[in-house]
Amino acid sequence: MNTYEQKVSGMLKAVLHCQEIGLELVSADKGHLTLRLPYNPALVGNPLTGVIHGGALTTLLDTACGFAAPLALDVPSVCPTLDLRIDYMRAAVPGEAIIGEAEVYRITGNVIFARGIAWQESRDKPVAHCVATFMRLEPHVIRRPGVETR
Amino acid sequence: MSHDMSSQDMQTLQAAIAKARQSGNAETLVKNIPYARFIGMQAHCFGETWLYEMPYGKHIQGNPSLPAVHGGVIGGFMETAALVHCLTQLEGPGFPKVVDFSIDYLRAALSKPTFAECSIVRQGRKIVNVSVHAWQTTKQEPVATARTHFLLSEPVQE
Repeated sequence: MNTYEQKVSGMLKAVLHCQEIGLELVSADKGHLTLRLPYNPALVGNPLTGVIHGGALTTLLDTACGFAAPLALDVPSVCPTLDLRIDYMRAAVPGEAIIGEAEVYRITGNVIFARGIAWQESRDKPVAHCVATFMRLEPHVIRRPGVETR
Repeated sequence: MSHDMSSQDMQTLQAAIAKARQSGNAETLVKNIPYARFIGMQAHCFGETWLYEMPYGKHIQGNPSLPAVHGGVIGGFMETAALVHCLTQLEGPGFPKVVDFSIDYLRAALSKPTFAECSIVRQGRKIVNVSVHAWQTTKQEPVATARTHFLLSEPVQE
């Protein structure tokens, strides 16, 4: 396990929702991250087809992009999501895991740009694409509970 | 695992949709969507206004130091709210398919209930555009806004 994978492994353990849906680390590197979402009947969106809900894909890709963002930086940073857009290419095949890959493709002084892709049997047949932007903040500016900032 | 739609599942879902449309009670409908049940979503109807709610729980926690709701779950909640909104507001027996979803995060969603309101911005023959507004303390302080497109499916054969 490289140092990036060790970091992601720790972050996955700390985020309870990631534990709850069983998100697994596949691989990580500087600004790159691949996660795996196992099939889970509790995450079904369409009860007639057994297809996983888009929200679970949003969580997979948001997590992949959101964890890839600080991995791209050399200094410890907090990277809240500014926005995320997800395009659903095809319905995910029920019963099969979904791979979520993310890469950071541009870093500026304040903003990090990332994109992601979700697929099952082949990367050439994506289930979803996403783009997301993140703020880059020094860890000390993170807001504490009860201190609402705008 | 078989996922073929049985006509019984179909009837159960259609009945739940019809009940929500007629009586404003979407409890059975929400119970029939596993993901909605998983995140604990509720749908409340006040006359013509539908309000969606997601109580806080550890199972949806993201950032542990705040603690905050996982951003992906906020997205999932808003998308599910939009789906249920389409099912209750639009005529026709089909199940809308999500085409895309775009969310702007405005504030961290903390450890308290999150609410959402949806509005159908435009309904075409095949595509519906829905905008979703989510907040916690007051509506004037949104935690996120989102918009999504659904493709209206062909009427399903029984």
